Amino acid sequence: MSGAAFVPGLQIRSRVTLRKLRELPVAGEILYQQGDTVKANDIVARAALQGDMIILRLPEKMGIEPFEAMKGLKVKEGDFIKEGDLICEHSGIFGLFKSRYHSPAEGVAELITERTGNIGLRMEAQEVEVDAYVSGKVLEVVQGKSITIETRGVWIQGIFGIGGERKGIVQNLEVSADQLIDTPEIPEDVAGKVLVGGRQPTLEALQKASALGAVGLVCGSIDDATLASYLGYDLGLAITGDEDIPMSVVITEGFGSIPISERVLSILEKLNGREASMNGATQVRAGAIRPEIIISETEQGLTELDEEAPAGVLEVGSRIRIIRVPYFGLTAHVVELPHEAEKIETGAFTRVLRAKLEDGSIITVPRANVEAI
Amino acid sequence: MKILANELRTVLVTDCGSTTTKALLFEKKEEGWRQTFRGEAPTTVEEPVADVTVGALNAITEVQEVSQREILRPGYQSSHQHPFLLTGDDSSQGIDLYLSTSSAGGGLQMIVSGLVKQMTTESAQRAALGAGAIIMDSISADDGREDHERIERIRHLRPDIVLMTGGVDGGSRVHVLEQAEIILAAAPRPRFGDTLKLPVIYAGNKDAAAEVIDIIGEMADVSVVDNVRPKLEHENLGPAREAIHELFLTHVMSHSPGYSKLLDWSPVPIMPTPAAVGDMVSSYAASYDLQVLCADIGGATTDVFSVFKDAEGKPVFNRTVSANLGMSYSVANVLVEVGPGEIARWLAYQMHESEVRDRLRNKMIRPTSIPQQIEDLWLEQAVCREALKLSLEHHRSLAVGLSGMQQTRGIADVFSQKASRYQLVDMMKLDLVIGSGGVLSHAPHRLSAALMMLDGFGLEGLTQIAVDSIFMMPHLGVFSSVHHEAANEIFINDCIVNIAHAIVPVYPKRKKRSRQQPKDKGILAEVKLDGEKIATVLYDKIELIELEPNKKMELVIVPAGRQIDVGSGPGVENKREIITGGYGLILDGRNRPIEMAENHEERVEAQRAILQELKLIQKESR
Repeated sequence: MSGAAFVPGLQIRSRVTLRKLRELPVAGEILYQQGDTVKANDIVARAALQGDMIILRLPEKMGIEPFEAMKGLKVKEGDFIKEGDLICEHSGIFGLFKSRYHSPAEGVAELITERTGNIGLRMEAQEVEVDAYVSGKVLEVVQGKSITIETRGVWIQGIFGIGGERKGIVQNLEVSADQLIDTPEIPEDVAGKVLVGGRQPTLEALQKASALGAVGLVCGSIDDATLASYLGYDLGLAITGDEDIPMSVVITEGFGSIPISERVLSILEKLNGREASMNGATQVRAGAIRPEIIISETEQGLTELDEEAPAGVLEVGSRIRIIRVPYFGLTAHVVELPHEAEKIETGAFTRVLRAKLEDGSIITVPRANVEAI
Repeated sequence: MKILANELRTVLVTDCGSTTTKALLFEKKEEGWRQTFRGEAPTTVEEPVADVTVGALNAITEVQEVSQREILRPGYQSSHQHPFLLTGDDSSQGIDLYLSTSSAGGGLQMIVSGLVKQMTTESAQRAALGAGAIIMDSISADDGREDHERIERIRHLRPDIVLMTGGVDGGSRVHVLEQAEIILAAAPRPRFGDTLKLPVIYAGNKDAAAEVIDIIGEMADVSVVDNVRPKLEHENLGPAREAIHELFLTHVMSHSPGYSKLLDWSPVPIMPTPAAVGDMVSSYAASYDLQVLCADIGGATTDVFSVFKDAEGKPVFNRTVSANLGMSYSVANVLVEVGPGEIARWLAYQMHESEVRDRLRNKMIRPTSIPQQIEDLWLEQAVCREALKLSLEHHRSLAVGLSGMQQTRGIADVFSQKASRYQLVDMMKLDLVIGSGGVLSHAPHRLSAALMMLDGFGLEGLTQIAVDSIFMMPHLGVFSSVHHEAANEIFINDCIVNIAHAIVPVYPKRKKRSRQQPKDKGILAEVKLDGEKIATVLYDKIELIELEPNKKMELVIVPAGRQIDVGSGPGVENKREIITGGYGLILDGRNRPIEMAENHEERVEAQRAILQELKLIQKESR
């Protein structure tokens, strides 16, 4: 099994067919049919989510016993109740000092428990809508449940991201791949844009871009302190996508200070001005989800890009990126793949490879610490 | 298949973990029961190969190849029966019995509810954890949340099972029913099978059972079992645990991909992995009358199992899962919980806090990468110490003895029940600590693993330190249910690696005399082996006394002061018979809790000195 002990690398594809399953959280209505063409922003499915139930604790609120609450109840199970409707009335000693309880919300009395004297009030259902996320064709419909959209185009996975799905126009920042992204690097006209480029953003740059309406940023890295400040809290697990932030961020390399992936940059530079779908959602567990940027092929095609080169194979000559210290972030070419496990500095025995760095030096690295690029 | 203990000679066991399925072969040899061959393969419960048996067969095929024993029946693929060749006249082929455990697909996930956090809710937690579950949330009438907060939290969870408890038999029903109302209002959907009702086990006040069914019966599939807390001072977890196991098989396993086939392969029910580990720990502790602590520190979670004796001297088993403490997926959560400074204090070199943060975040997003440099290894080992510390704190909070008493205070009697609880975990009385999980089991040097546990758990008195060599405990746990003695034999011979015994004298901390307090030139205790004085434990120093491994010896620790405790009470000598571990004795003169110098350089120097004394720097960097 140790032969598979290397990370196959994130997908950076210039022409790929992707299928996106768009699911409803509960049974509902699918609005398109197989073969239909959809745009990324089109609503493709809709459902009514059961409304919240609130529990009206009558005895507690009125200072009476449950049986007294039942005695004075003015509603029955199944009744529709408006906000302010009288729900319970209790007469004190000799019928004096009447206390009344009025509904704090609108809903249906779904549950009345004699023993507790409480009422469960089901509020109005909420409508949820699911959009297509990517432009393409409807491949499959499971009535009431899901719709699958097929698209062809560019698919770039990052190593980590925050923020959910966004749609915007690709705008390359005027920075070099290894340049810090500070506020001067964020232009004023970024509303609705997915910004691309640079090594790592400062907190101020993130805040400026968000405030100006940018919907996404794709760059090389981010340092942990900046991430915590931007989110407003320290992230414990690499399960993201639900953050309440105006701009999603996707990093291609990792934490710290590392230039954006050359390959990602070379593709996105050519697609300046094209519509992109991006999602910062990351889940680093079994069945990992990595953040992504998708640019669907339109009528104009993807003529800007060269034909795709295959990637992801680890063999002598493969180009790799090293993902752990002491060579973290460096790229190299594999020159040897010894079959037997070798002892490394920590004392552990593991399968390694030898690689030539760009400065010509040959290094030994555990296979688990490289990605084929 | 054979199932009677005396008929068994060859048993195949798989553990279908969330990432890897591991198959082990147990065989009865001339010298006794041994674990002989192993094979592993990626677990297959997700697309494109959503069938757990595929991964299991791959792992079994590897066992077949390395053992040269024919295990799989030719042509089994086209048959609906189990795929195994059973032993016949030729005992060199086939197996007698197949068993399995499973934690694939995220294990067994539960919500529990009770009335009082430190009483029925805790009992519910213990029942669920003991049955091998991960608790997604615990609801209590006194958990400090408003109804809408509880409802909001639960409605988005997708548990496998809900366990409802609350109230003693004959006690108040109102609050129990209010909990049922909350469950109804939240209406969590079951994780598997969109069309199925949510399985709910009710193990609370028996007088409220019928009304609970009235409230949630339409939404959920309710099973009623005996109350986990029939009386305040009596806990009865067995029926709830059995109901959880039953539902685990019928609701969870049978809806997981490929499990219906796997269930048919074995005459013994599949056990949740942590439940099997717990059974092995309990069984071993009972066999040798030991108090045991076992921690399995994985990538995402840390499980802690313990057997400590209660006030009456009865062994009590406990298990906790610290769901977000781990060495890869959850490594950043350890960082968030304790902060980079607490991690960096264990390092034998200076590292800026921002570097600690970025390196651990990179481990989080690339969980399969491994340390190449010794400093990077030390950083992971520092995280392990803090994860062990946190998970033990969590375990202590739940592993408590009951000595409840009822006091009537008027308003709502259920809230007036006050239990004076006591902690079961007493590190001074701990006999054996077992570490499991990659960072401990596969540490490049066994003494590093020992040191991580010594520091992380803050061991006290006299404790044997061991690691589980290849995480065999799940397999042995399920095997133990069929052949208890054989499982114990393999546990001792092949599973646990006896590293060393730690001797840690502990004394009360005195004010303003901290650094120079022990008398007699800082001697805390004398150590004698077979009647001969061999060493002294010195204040604030760690020393390794290397001994010939696997020897039975009489160890006597004599405290150097009336207040110094070496495991038998203050000022009392501790005399034990031990089997020496691979590295002898670790004498640790650091008082508990371990205090460190405030100055960075001094701290680094002290850590370096410890590594040098244990010969870890030379050994690990050679």
